[in-house]
Amino acid sequence: MQGKSWSKYLLSLPPMAYLLIFFAAPTLIMLFASFRYPGEYGGLAPWYVHENGRLTFDLTLENWQRLLCTDIYLRLFVKSIGYAVAATLICMVMGYPLALMIARSSRKSRDLLLLLVILPFWSNFLVRIYAWMIIFSPVGALTRMLNGVLALFGAGPITLMYSPTAMLVCLVYVHLPFMVLPLYANLEKHDLDLLDAAQDLGAGKWRRFWLITWPLSLSGVTAGSILVFIPVLGMFAIPDLLGGTDGIMIGNVIKQQFMESRDWPFGSVLSMVLTVTAVAVVLLGSRLGQRR
Amino acid sequence: MQRKNVLLWISAALVYLFLYLPLVLVVVFSFNDSRLNAEWVGFTWKWYGKLFHNQEMLTAAMNSLIIAGVSAAVATVLGTLAGLAMEQSRLRLLQMLVLAPIAMPEILMGVSLLVLFIMVNMTLGLLSIMLAHITFCIGFVALAVQARISSMDPGLVEAARDLGASPWRCFREITLPLLMPGILAGALMAFTLSIDDFVITFFTAGVGSSTLPLQIYSMVKIAVTPEVNAVSTLLMLLTLVVITVASRLSPTVFRGE
Repeated sequence: MQGKSWSKYLLSLPPMAYLLIFFAAPTLIMLFASFRYPGEYGGLAPWYVHENGRLTFDLTLENWQRLLCTDIYLRLFVKSIGYAVAATLICMVMGYPLALMIARSSRKSRDLLLLLVILPFWSNFLVRIYAWMIIFSPVGALTRMLNGVLALFGAGPITLMYSPTAMLVCLVYVHLPFMVLPLYANLEKHDLDLLDAAQDLGAGKWRRFWLITWPLSLSGVTAGSILVFIPVLGMFAIPDLLGGTDGIMIGNVIKQQFMESRDWPFGSVLSMVLTVTAVAVVLLGSRLGQRR
Repeated sequence: MQRKNVLLWISAALVYLFLYLPLVLVVVFSFNDSRLNAEWVGFTWKWYGKLFHNQEMLTAAMNSLIIAGVSAAVATVLGTLAGLAMEQSRLRLLQMLVLAPIAMPEILMGVSLLVLFIMVNMTLGLLSIMLAHITFCIGFVALAVQARISSMDPGLVEAARDLGASPWRCFREITLPLLMPGILAGALMAFTLSIDDFVITFFTAGVGSSTLPLQIYSMVKIAVTPEVNAVSTLLMLLTLVVITVASRLSPTVFRGE
């Protein structure tokens, strides 16, 4: 048994080393970068100067001050959180009946019904966004039909594309399976005898749901909400392609800082705030999950 | 017995419609003889024909396949080791390192790897994309392998040990063959995740190298054209095949259990 403890560390060494270099280190480097000056041509400026045999450090709090001085970025964070909350709630409202239906259907059909939820999720992320660009396009059937109806009532034409609404629909579309799967995993384990007992005691359909199924499913709801909320919060592609000028999220600004304006230190500040928010949500969620 | 709730069924059916209608539109319009993805004009293969003469697209497809192949192979080895180690001991650090990349928003991994690669003066290209893809694939392979291990009968290994097999022989002749479906499923999952990845690739690709999702992104940014529908349809077909094979190998992994 002596060799065993030695071998398990040996096993974990290669993946651990890889993830330390390519996941943990970059995160720390980013934290450090948030205290550095931007380079002249983008990137980062040197963080120390070696002059006349003296070493001086060139670090700053300016990037963090910039975050707190104006309310532009904080507002953007609040707005992004708002979109993420909205997407999560809509996913819950749409995903719950679906998960419940699958969990209550016969054992044989469950696998197929579940596979049907997962399949779209395995098609390319950009393809799924693109699909909504077709639907919302100004020449598309949906926009023309809506405008036809609006014209009957004498209202002016509207565009669906490049709006926060279009963005939200697509955010929900892309992340819905993340809500359905944990919900299903939870609902499937419920003891149906409880519902029968409640029915025998005269509880109606809605009462049975709110007093039994819903409270029992809260850990699934929490898990699904985290799985939807976090990726939505950091999203940049969907707002980029569908959101227009109003539908901008924090991910867009991070992308902009790293790829366009090339102010990496400030981009790092925003990324660190996003990291902390995500970690906080995960911890809060697992705390809530434990309590139940 | 079980209650059949009509309202529940109708709402579930509507959600399925919501999930599939957009993708069906993409596929249908890829065969449509019109530049606008607006109404059905007539059947054509021409968008697929155009695709196979689009040199940029072919290069991007080749890049995607190379990256996915290499990343999946490396991530499978590392992920399998991580899965085995996670099952044998509760190393907190390893668990955190394996699970955190899955839980964090992708954009964070993208930008932090960009900073790392530039800091060590690495030229961004296929190699940097592969290193990034391996990073996010390890966790998924580890989870697939771990799921398989926990469903294994530990008695088999013990029996073999009692009969005098060395630990290595035990691993080679019992653990590994039993793990194989989980490992293969993890490998295929890593392959599709790599082929499909847009966000992390976007930050780590640099100017010279493109992958299919990056190519789709730049096309979609400019205009919506049926060529995108055609490449999307092919990509969906590829993913569908890989996932079908993977779910045959290890059904539990794909049920979110």
